[in-house]
Amino acid sequence: MAVKTKTSTRIGVTILGWGIAVWLFFPIFWMFLTSFKNEIQAISTPPKLFFMPTLSSYAEVFERASYWHFTLNTVIVSVGATAIAIALAVPAAYSMAFLPSSRTRSTLLWMLSTRMLPPVGVLVPIYLLARNTHLLDTCTGLAIVDMLTNLPIIVWMLYTFFREVPAPILEAGRMDGASRWQEMTMVLLPLALPGIASTALLSLILCWNEAFWSLNLTSSHAAPLTAFIASFSSPEGLFFGKLSAASTLAVAPILVFGWISQKQLVRGLTFGAVK
Amino acid sequence: MQAVLQHSPSSEVSSERRKNASAKRTGFLLLSPSVLLLLVWSIVPLVMTLWYSVQNYNLVDPTLHGFAGIDNYWYLLTDPDFLHSLLNTFVLVAGVLAISVGGGTLLAVLYDQDFFGRGIARIMVISPFFIMPTVSALLWKNLMLHPIYGVYSAMMRAVGLTPIDWLARFPLLTVMMIVAWEWLPFAVLILLTAVQSLDGEQREAARMDGADPIARFRYIILPHLSRAISVVVMIETIYLLTVFAEISVTTAGGPGVASTNLAYLIYSRALLQFDVGGASAGGVIAIIIANIVAIFLVRAVARNLEA
Repeated sequence: MAVKTKTSTRIGVTILGWGIAVWLFFPIFWMFLTSFKNEIQAISTPPKLFFMPTLSSYAEVFERASYWHFTLNTVIVSVGATAIAIALAVPAAYSMAFLPSSRTRSTLLWMLSTRMLPPVGVLVPIYLLARNTHLLDTCTGLAIVDMLTNLPIIVWMLYTFFREVPAPILEAGRMDGASRWQEMTMVLLPLALPGIASTALLSLILCWNEAFWSLNLTSSHAAPLTAFIASFSSPEGLFFGKLSAASTLAVAPILVFGWISQKQLVRGLTFGAVK
Repeated sequence: MQAVLQHSPSSEVSSERRKNASAKRTGFLLLSPSVLLLLVWSIVPLVMTLWYSVQNYNLVDPTLHGFAGIDNYWYLLTDPDFLHSLLNTFVLVAGVLAISVGGGTLLAVLYDQDFFGRGIARIMVISPFFIMPTVSALLWKNLMLHPIYGVYSAMMRAVGLTPIDWLARFPLLTVMMIVAWEWLPFAVLILLTAVQSLDGEQREAARMDGADPIARFRYIILPHLSRAISVVVMIETIYLLTVFAEISVTTAGGPGVASTNLAYLIYSRALLQFDVGGASAGGVIAIIIANIVAIFLVRAVARNLEA
């Protein structure tokens, strides 16, 4: 016998829910809108909601910088870093979840604490190391750094997912003669796939948006989208049209990707860490 | 595992022990690649930073070199900018955590309610998390809060108020709001997931027992969320301690050091004043602080995660 919610409450919830959603989303909407204005329309006061849309800002952005070059770098670095990190983290998380020792807990805490170091604290050494190993301004170098900064969180998330998998299922597999490798690839991975997928999605998003290392370790050859947007920020901060067009181009792929995958992200998270 | 051990006859104990030893070895082998990489990643730069921190090393003044002892540390620790930036770091982390956990919990409960177009509204709320920090900082600085052309200024003028130059008058608060805008959606995403995993029957039962909404929230939803809140606090603290791009793009730490956090202070010492020695001393101090936070916070949170 479900109690019906009062109509007035329901209307209130609808208004509040939509009001907050519109308020939080507004900057993104406005950026998108402004990217279709010319520079005069973009700084008109009061700001215009209705106007004649133009692609002139996009044309100028494309003329000035090779958007695809930056996008390709971002994709290579994000996917590369995520793939390597997952490949390293799966065995590590397996070991922590199913073969725990007395040091497992402190190892995990230590791993997470390495992530709390402010990158600037080690910027000079990392920069010098990258230069001496010829990894400066390469996708490989940036991917390695991104991979290492995300590895602790990935190990921890996978660990929480793996712990939800009942050990007897794995043991049953071993009784049937499965090796550790088979146990991991044929029993555990399919069971923990939602968790692994959402960990990978989170890692992709974090790598895509990582700004500090990408701005400091790349210049032209391997520069990702964060560098692309930075090149439109300082001298022309007041050219709102171009700025908005460049920003829209930089965030659109990951935003659309995030919208499509958010259900998967949520499903994976329900499975493990936040259940 | 326990059952297996109980049923093994005494003659198999030695083989069981051997199996344990081999499991230990396997566990170690599987874990070691990640541990080794992270060890190198954290030790090598740390040692180099420690070395530079006791050297006179300025990129624009090559005449100044050699062993500096604790001069760099002394110089930094007695600098009022340092204390100020330390305080700013804590205010920033605590403020954003309070907003995202508090607001995130309330919004998670709100978006758990059934209403028209809820799916789209949720996606809109979560969206800011996907925006890169540089872009969101530029968006807020120029399109939203610009004292002349910004939308917020236009709205204030429309209702007869004088627009405020937010980043000049309230730099730290404004930076905090921008960072919170990015991280509140993450909290909503995680907490909403947790609220939805709450058993519907349990809530229904509480409602039939006559528990009012506040009691239901206090005694059923909130305890259920404790683990999810730990996850949010843990991941967000890691990122908030090192907030950089938002400050660099909006205020460049200013005016003065009003919005400089520790990360930005070290950056300005190293890359703007070319003082590698001083910046490294700052780096070492930042690393010590990170470890203190790790010991207190991560342990408290980790206990919650074990449950």
